[in-house]
This record gives sequence, structure tokens and C-alpha cells, in this order.
Amino acid sequence: MLAGNMTKSIVRRTIGKLALTMFVAATALAAPAQAEDITMWSWRQEDKAAYAKLIAAFRKHHPDINVKFEAFEAANYNTVLSTALAGGTGPDVVQVRAYGTLGVGKPDYLVPLDKTMVPEFANFPDSAIAAETMRADGKLYAVPLASQTMLIIYNKELFEKAGVTPPNTWDELVTVSKTLKEKGINPFGNGTATAWQNETIVGALLSSQIGAQFEQDVLAGKADFTDARFVGALTRLNEIKDYFAPNFSGVDYAASQQLFAAGRAAMFAGGSFEIANFLRQNPKLKLGLFPSPVAKAGDPKLVALYYDGGYAINAASKKREAALKFLRFIGTPEFGTAFSNDLQNISPIKGVNFENPLLKEVATLNQSAMSYIMLVNFRYQEPTGSVLLQSGVQKMLAGKATPAEVGAEITKGIATYYAPFKK
Amino acid sequence: MQTDYRNRERRRRAAWIAFLILPPLAIMLTFVVWPLLSALSAAFYRWEGMAQGEFVGLKNFADVLFGDHFAALTWRAFRHNLFVFFALFVVQNSVGFLLAWFIYREPFGFRFHRIAIFMPVILSTVLVGFLWKLFLDPNFGLVNQLLEMIGLGQLRQPWLGQETTALPALVLANAWHWVGFPALVYLAGMQRIPREILEAAKLDGCNGWQMLTRVVWPLVTPSTTITLTLLFIGAFNWFELPYIMAGLDGSPYGSTDVLGLYFYRTAFGNQTAGLQDFGHGNALAVLMFLFIAAVATVITQYLRKREIAL
Repeated sequence: MLAGNMTKSIVRRTIGKLALTMFVAATALAAPAQAEDITMWSWRQEDKAAYAKLIAAFRKHHPDINVKFEAFEAANYNTVLSTALAGGTGPDVVQVRAYGTLGVGKPDYLVPLDKTMVPEFANFPDSAIAAETMRADGKLYAVPLASQTMLIIYNKELFEKAGVTPPNTWDELVTVSKTLKEKGINPFGNGTATAWQNETIVGALLSSQIGAQFEQDVLAGKADFTDARFVGALTRLNEIKDYFAPNFSGVDYAASQQLFAAGRAAMFAGGSFEIANFLRQNPKLKLGLFPSPVAKAGDPKLVALYYDGGYAINAASKKREAALKFLRFIGTPEFGTAFSNDLQNISPIKGVNFENPLLKEVATLNQSAMSYIMLVNFRYQEPTGSVLLQSGVQKMLAGKATPAEVGAEITKGIATYYAPFKK
Repeated sequence: MQTDYRNRERRRRAAWIAFLILPPLAIMLTFVVWPLLSALSAAFYRWEGMAQGEFVGLKNFADVLFGDHFAALTWRAFRHNLFVFFALFVVQNSVGFLLAWFIYREPFGFRFHRIAIFMPVILSTVLVGFLWKLFLDPNFGLVNQLLEMIGLGQLRQPWLGQETTALPALVLANAWHWVGFPALVYLAGMQRIPREILEAAKLDGCNGWQMLTRVVWPLVTPSTTITLTLLFIGAFNWFELPYIMAGLDGSPYGSTDVLGLYFYRTAFGNQTAGLQDFGHGNALAVLMFLFIAAVATVITQYLRKREIAL
């Protein structure tokens, strides 16, 4: 009996010890998985604090994954990233640009994604998905992050002072500008000395006149930039240049922003990214928004839209599973809402709740949009559509080229690599 | 025993020489020779942004010199560099020479003037660029306000926004920044001229202008060799000031585009409009290097000979 008891207790103790050892061993093995570290790279150094919050939100769902956010200076980011990717290193999660080669050069560097891997792609509009598709192989590589909208921002107080309301048609815009000028208010703060501002001016002011159909025709090879819709819109732009900042040809981007932010100009044709800028410079501004005025009442009012970056997985990453979980989180309305509200950006994810009424308005305007045509479609080879449009419009507004010449010059430049334009 | 000692001595000497030469040689090789060679080799490949593609031989060079789209921009930038070189020769080096002559004659307060003229040289180009951008602002810039004040309001211009005035405005800003340097070099040259020569010339009845052109100018030719060579290199490597004042695109519509901007834009891409293209960018850089090296050598050789002839 005794012997039997002893045997039993020895057995029990041994089993107990064994179990304990196994438990310890199991936890020891499980431990690295519990604290799996992945790194992410971004060009947004200024967003570090906001990303700390976003990552904390992610960790509520996945406490086993630790995300390390590393940011580089925006101007050097592509160089740093391409060098790392070419050397087979780099982060697990990569912030990439939109369109063309997504700023990484070759498709081989990233993991191709699809809707089974990332069901959250269903939360995005098609144009956002297209933006993160690489031109070289037509595959999708990144979860889109933000959209930017070209529209007109106006100073509500100056409009009230002059007794004008936001215009719907181009003729109304001319009348509003004229009234403002007569009351001693600069209608537009815009200047043209900084080249890329000329492209934003076209997107913000002319989209409704150029029209989404024109874009489709260009992509289908049925129209080029000598088309009456494009040249006609440039002609209208040429007619209102006197309502831009005084001596606009010598007014650069910073000076034109200051004019508007200081309340010395009533309107600014530019990107939705200006809203946060303006309010930071002058929190007292009362801002309103309106889309590009239409040629005649009843035409669809359009803004020009493009997507601004996304997150992808490095093909050299050894932690694809964890990286994929993080990417799926980036595609949720929860991330989109936090991202939009913390960083004052516009997330393209459906179901995002905007706290800032202006951003909410932009998101509403985005529902009737054409693409920011040159950046979206013709920035993959030199001379890019952007380079041609920027210098062409700058020249036209300086009175040194006609709208028809600008259209012909753009067509000629793009024709060097775009087959439908070759004649 | 004796040879042993001598051998050891020789070895020690060799080690000492190696110790002195190797570190700077290593630095030269790593930071000068290697980048030059890698830029040269990169220029023979096709690039997708920063990712190297296949070997294309001399295609990148042919493109930037004669190709459809690149060549027009290359030659336009080259013409602008030429203009900058000649314009700076007039407003920077020649004015520097005259200023040196002015100071050399030690007028009242010449010590102050000497410092005042040289002062801008020590400022950073970034600072000078921003300062002049503010001065030239069409609406509240100092230049237009001064014109208004002295009753020349009708001459107010958007200086940096017009094809006709943008590049000359940049040249003037550059001259303001650098005029002290040739002035200083010429002043040193003038101070080396023996007084007797000048006195003899005066006794022979030279007037001021003759003295300057027939006596002083030939005697300071070594200074001209230095300033002209450096000016040439500076004018064809010009980047910082136009980048700060006119942007990467050489606004307005390329009228301030110079080779430095064009190279940078092509190789590293312009965030707001263009693409990265390392192959064509490097081809441009190599061509610029060869051109500058070749011409600078010729200029120096020619001017040296002239120094002796004069």
C-alpha cells in the first residue's frame, strides 16, 4: 500500500515536473512570437506622434505584434528606400508613393496583394485601388492611404464683406471676382512663379470644364490635348488671370499662401492639403470650399482627385504574416477615421467619420471627381504630363503662349512615349 | 651589419611615407575617385528610378545630347550657363577688378570698404538666395519699393517671374554675393606691383584710364587666370542660387534652367512634376565634368601663356 502510494506520488511528481518543464519550454518558445517586431518606413517625420497612437490602436487587436515607426526626410525618402530595397534590406512595411512604379522602381521589391489577402480592399473606391497598382505589371501592391483634392478654398468673411456667394458657373466666378476686385479685395491669392502651382490651378479651377469624359477619351486614344475641351478650358483660365495675386508671375507658392492666410485674398485655387496649412498659419480664418465652376448650369461639378501614397510589404521581409495583419488594419474604417482626424488628412476608406467639417465636405465633393489628370496618368515617363502642363500654363499666363500652343506642346511631348498620340 | 641598419632605416622611411600618404589617398579614392567612376559606370545603364536596369552602352549620352526630349533641354541649359559665365565675367569679375583698383588707391575709409565688399562672400548661399528672393518680391520687395521711392515706379517688375529678367536677376544676386572674391584676388595682385613702375608711368604722362588698362591690367594677369578659371567652373556648376531662387524647374518655364538644375532634376527627380532617372542624370553629370575639366585646362594653359607674353 505504502509502496504503492509512494510509487503513485513519485509518478505524480514526475508528471507534475514534466508538465511544468513542458509549460516553461512552451512559453519560452512562444515568447518571441508574442513580441514580434516589425518595422515600417515613412516619409512623414512630422507624423511620428500620430503614428504612435495609430500603432497603439493596432496593438489592441494584435498585442503580439510590435510596430516600429521610422521616418526619413521626404526629399530623400525615395533614394533611401530604393537603395535599401535594391540591397535586399529595408523595413517590413513600406510607405510607397502612388501611380507608376509607386516610387520603388521595380515590382519585384514588393509583395503583390489581392482581395483574398486583404479583404479590406473592398472598403476603397476603384480609383484608389488603381492608384496603388504598378504600371509595369498591373498588379496591386499597396493599401491606399490618403487622397488629395484640387478645389477652391474661400474666405467666408471676405465673401460676406463683398456680398458675394460661392459661384456655380464660370460666368458667376468672373462676376464674383470682379465684385471682389471692385471692393478692393484680391480675388485670388494664387501666383504662378512656382511651377507646380500651375498644375494645381488647372485642376482646381478647370476640372468641371475639361470633364471626366475628356480624360476617358484621352486614355482611350480618342482625344489628345489639342482637344477643344482642354484648350477651351485654358482659354477661360487665361481670361481670369487678372484676378490672381498682383504681379502673379513673380509671386511664388509661399507668398501666395501668405496672401490668402493673412486674409488679403478671398480665394485660393489649390489642394485640400492647404486647409490644414491655412488654419495653422491663421486659426481665425473661416474657410469654405467649392468645386471647379461649370461652363453652364446643370453640368456636373467636378473636383480633381489623386491618391497620395499607401503601405506595401517588402518582398524581402521575413515577417510577412505580421506585416499583412498591419496592412489589413490600415484598410479599416477605424484606422481611416483616426488617421483623418489626427493628421487632418482625407482617408479614402468608406465609412470614415470626419470630425473636421471641412474635411467632411472634401470627402463629399470627392464623390463627384475626375482624376488630377497629369499626375494620375502621365507621370511615368519624361517629359511627364505634369512638367509640360506646368511650364505651358506658366508661359500662357505670362502671355507668352496661346492656349492652343500649350495644348499642342503637351501633346507633342507626351507623344514621344504614348502611342495613341503618335501620328 | 651596416646594410642591415640601412635596410631597416629604408623600411622605416617607407613606412613613414606610407603613413603620411595612405590616409589622404584612401579618402581621395573613397570620396572622389570612386563616386566619379561609379557615376561613369551608372551612365551606361538604363535605370528605373534608382533601380539599375540593363546595359545600354552610350544611349544615355546620345539621348541627352541629341535625343528627342532631352537634347533641347540640355542645350537650353548650356546656353544659360554660357550667358551666366559671360554676364558674371562682366558684373562680377570686372566690377571686382574696378573695386580692387578703387580700394588699392586707398581712398578715405578704404579699410571699411575692403571689409564691406568682402562681407557677403562669407554668407551662405542659402541665406543670400532667400534674402534676394525677398528683395525681388514684386509686391513688397525692397527693389520695387526703392524704385518707387526714387520716382521710377514705372520700372517695377516681377523680376523673378519674367523670362527676360529672371536670369539677369539671379546673375546680379550672385555677383552681389561673390564680387568680394575677385576684388580681393585683384587687390592682392595690385599690391604686388612695384610702386616704381606706377610712378614711372605717371611721370611718362599716363592718365588714370591708361594707367588702369595699359599698366595695371597686364600686370595682374595671374589674378585674371585664377578668377576666370574659378568663375568658369562656378558658372557651369551653378546650382544652389538658382535652386533656391527659381526652383528645380528653372522657373518661369525654364528660363533660368541651368545644367546643374537639369542634372539634379533628371537624376533625383522633381517631387512635384518629374521622375528619377539615374542613367540620363549620370550621363549629364559625366558630360558636365568632362566639359568643365577640359575647358578649365585649356583656359589655364592659354592664360598662363598669355601671362608670360604680357
